[in-house]
Amino acid sequence: MDNQKLTLLNRIKDSDIYFSFIKSPTAIVSTFILIIIFFCSFFVEFVTPYNPFDPSSLSLMDAFTPPSWTEDGLAKFILGTDGQGRDMLATILYGSRISLIVGFSAVIFALVLGVTLGLTAGYFGGKYEMIVMRFTDVQLTVPSILMALLVDGIARGIISREMHDEMAIYVLIFAIGISEWPQFARVSRAATLVEKNKDYVSASAIIGVSNILIMFKHILPNIMRPVLVIGTIGLALAIIAEATLSFLGVGVPPTTPSLGTLIRLGNDFLFSGEWWITFFPAIFLVILAFSINLLGDWMRDTLNPKLN
Amino acid sequence: MKTKNLFKIFLTLLFVFATSISWAKTVKWSMQGDSLTLDPHAQNEGPTTMVSRQVYEALVTRGLDMSIGPQLAHKWKAVDPTTWYFYLREDVKFSNGQDMTSEDVVFSLLRAQQPTSDFKEYISTIISVKAIDKYTIQIKTREPNPILLNQLSNIFVMSKQWATDNFVIAPQNWDAGQETFSATNAMGTGPFKITLREPNTKTVFKKNNKWWGNVEHNITEIQLLPIKNAATRVAALLSGEIDIVTDAPVQDLDRIKSSAGHKVESTPQMRTIFLGMDQAADQLRTGNTGDNPFKKKEVRQALYQAIDIEAIKKKVMRGLSEPAGIITFPGVTGYTKALDKRLPYDVGAAKKLLADAGYPDGFEVELRCPNDRYVNDEAICTAVVGMLGKIGVNVSLFAQTKSKHFKELKDNQGDFYMLGWGVPTLDSHYVFHYLYETDASWNKVNFSDSEVDAAIRVMEGEVDLDKRNAAIANAWKIVRDNIAYLPLHHQVISWASKTNVNVPIRPNNEPLFRFSSVD
Repeated sequence: MDNQKLTLLNRIKDSDIYFSFIKSPTAIVSTFILIIIFFCSFFVEFVTPYNPFDPSSLSLMDAFTPPSWTEDGLAKFILGTDGQGRDMLATILYGSRISLIVGFSAVIFALVLGVTLGLTAGYFGGKYEMIVMRFTDVQLTVPSILMALLVDGIARGIISREMHDEMAIYVLIFAIGISEWPQFARVSRAATLVEKNKDYVSASAIIGVSNILIMFKHILPNIMRPVLVIGTIGLALAIIAEATLSFLGVGVPPTTPSLGTLIRLGNDFLFSGEWWITFFPAIFLVILAFSINLLGDWMRDTLNPKLN
Repeated sequence: MKTKNLFKIFLTLLFVFATSISWAKTVKWSMQGDSLTLDPHAQNEGPTTMVSRQVYEALVTRGLDMSIGPQLAHKWKAVDPTTWYFYLREDVKFSNGQDMTSEDVVFSLLRAQQPTSDFKEYISTIISVKAIDKYTIQIKTREPNPILLNQLSNIFVMSKQWATDNFVIAPQNWDAGQETFSATNAMGTGPFKITLREPNTKTVFKKNNKWWGNVEHNITEIQLLPIKNAATRVAALLSGEIDIVTDAPVQDLDRIKSSAGHKVESTPQMRTIFLGMDQAADQLRTGNTGDNPFKKKEVRQALYQAIDIEAIKKKVMRGLSEPAGIITFPGVTGYTKALDKRLPYDVGAAKKLLADAGYPDGFEVELRCPNDRYVNDEAICTAVVGMLGKIGVNVSLFAQTKSKHFKELKDNQGDFYMLGWGVPTLDSHYVFHYLYETDASWNKVNFSDSEVDAAIRVMEGEVDLDKRNAAIANAWKIVRDNIAYLPLHHQVISWASKTNVNVPIRPNNEPLFRFSSVD
């Protein structure tokens, strides 16, 4: 047991990925920031004593408290409070958890759908490939945010209002996922086209391995590198798409705000001098998306040496 | 060749200059919501009346100081306590050039009494309307009516011919979502006429050159551009895109005041914001207890005492509201300071009341709110949700645009809702007749009390003012003790405009552009 762990650790240490990671300060810094954000968001109950989603715990008299370092600030509200007396820091962390859940789920949804279609299209070719790829072409001409808005609008029409608040998060995941899958389909198809003519695939085919086994057991691991790169950048895009939709008011309901909803609600107070209500969620979103993007860039450089 | 080019450039510049500095005086007016319909009798709602008031006129009207004065009728007299004669101006033309006669007035009054009219409560005491000659009409009331003029000031007159030609003899059935010609077109005798109507986007009013009145304004065009988002509305005002905002957000008043080119005016508004609770349903539609807790007065009182109205005033309204004990405000017949006193804010007492009523663990209910009608309406509701959460009442908030909110309320879909009430007649009767009378059209709490109903009849028919005032006072006492509604506060409104735009502020929040000017 101990030995195995050691060898795994050694394997990681010996790998080119690890080497390139410790040689890249941006990758280290962004990973560090992301770990902190993920940890604080997913264990927010232990990080902060406030629960902004429980209206009965709020006191309206605390509303509009500025950040603690300003003149009227209170030590117990480090980043101040919003118009309903919610602690900004706690609200941002709870909100970023929703943003992250939506972002991750949407990317995984898009990845599974896109890779499955791209892989099979590249492998089988023919009419099937043509249909799938024309689908992606058509969808790529529609801006992804418009696509997400469309899906959300249709979902609103189908789902009853009582159900909508509960379903909002799933609708959002589906809407963003469906708008991002063509990227994955294209990349995985292109990679599959390269792989499928290699000798190991021909060899498997000759000894009678089934198509499904060849695709998912032999080809899939070899096309995962570019897909992971796209996936990381896609995560940042999904988080921003979620914020955009929520900012437009079609995302998660205001009682359980995500980052975008927080920025929208804070927008009302921009002119009146209560800048912190919209500023902190916005800067948090920037840091989150920027870190993911930097990490994605590093991954692209490392996992895709052909690009260098 | 070169000189010719220069000449062309000069001409172009001249053209640009001449078109931008034209003599047209346009006022771009914005508020958070739009008029719900242009049909003058279909919806009795603030912004709807605000828009209609620029286009349509009534027999009598309230001036800038809110006193009743002549409009289409230049004089009137009551020959006996129930028979009135109104003498119409003979120089009034509709904006299409047609003469306005007693036929049109009779038609309009009868139209406003149709079942689909939302103004029928105003004139429910009128039993007959007759044209005596071309410019005289006779109105008979069921009983002597001391507030007939107040009521008539809100009944707009439209053209019988126009209504017949466009198949709008009956008012639009707004509650049923009917679309009619009159809902998107208006043709009245007023100082302006509507030339473009795009609901919720843009409404263009042009000066009506056929208007009979003495033109005191210098406005050639008004554009109503509703902007729902408060920050966007203020940004539009500050950037000069909008000239006047008649519901400036309370949080931005200081910012607007600090701008050199803008001014802010505030006045207590004739409107009270309150919450209604359905007291008749056997089971709440959105509840979890299987019964209706609102049937018990203790529960209603618990909710009342759990609301910290001072906190709402300070934090949500930024001091610009006046906590209310009854749904009427100073200046209305029947209002007294003593009645307007609130029950104290007391969470402990509220919890005890709730426990005594049999709900020690509270209950669940949905609160319906408009999000583009009253000052900070959604923020008030969110605050109330938190306050009621503290006594264990688990409220979920459902905020939506006012047209849907009002429609669904009228459709009896609300257990617990927010509403605001103004009193255009400045008489308590209006409040009782709409909000408290058994089966009244806006009595969505289904309050019913025979003594109140009897008092309403007295208010309609009693000319002895002492007796009438006693009836009003008694009715207020009953509904106040009953906690039929949860009053919140009287609104204070603020208008913000460019310094060169002068639109006199009025306590009913209704701009009168015929008294406005652009310098």
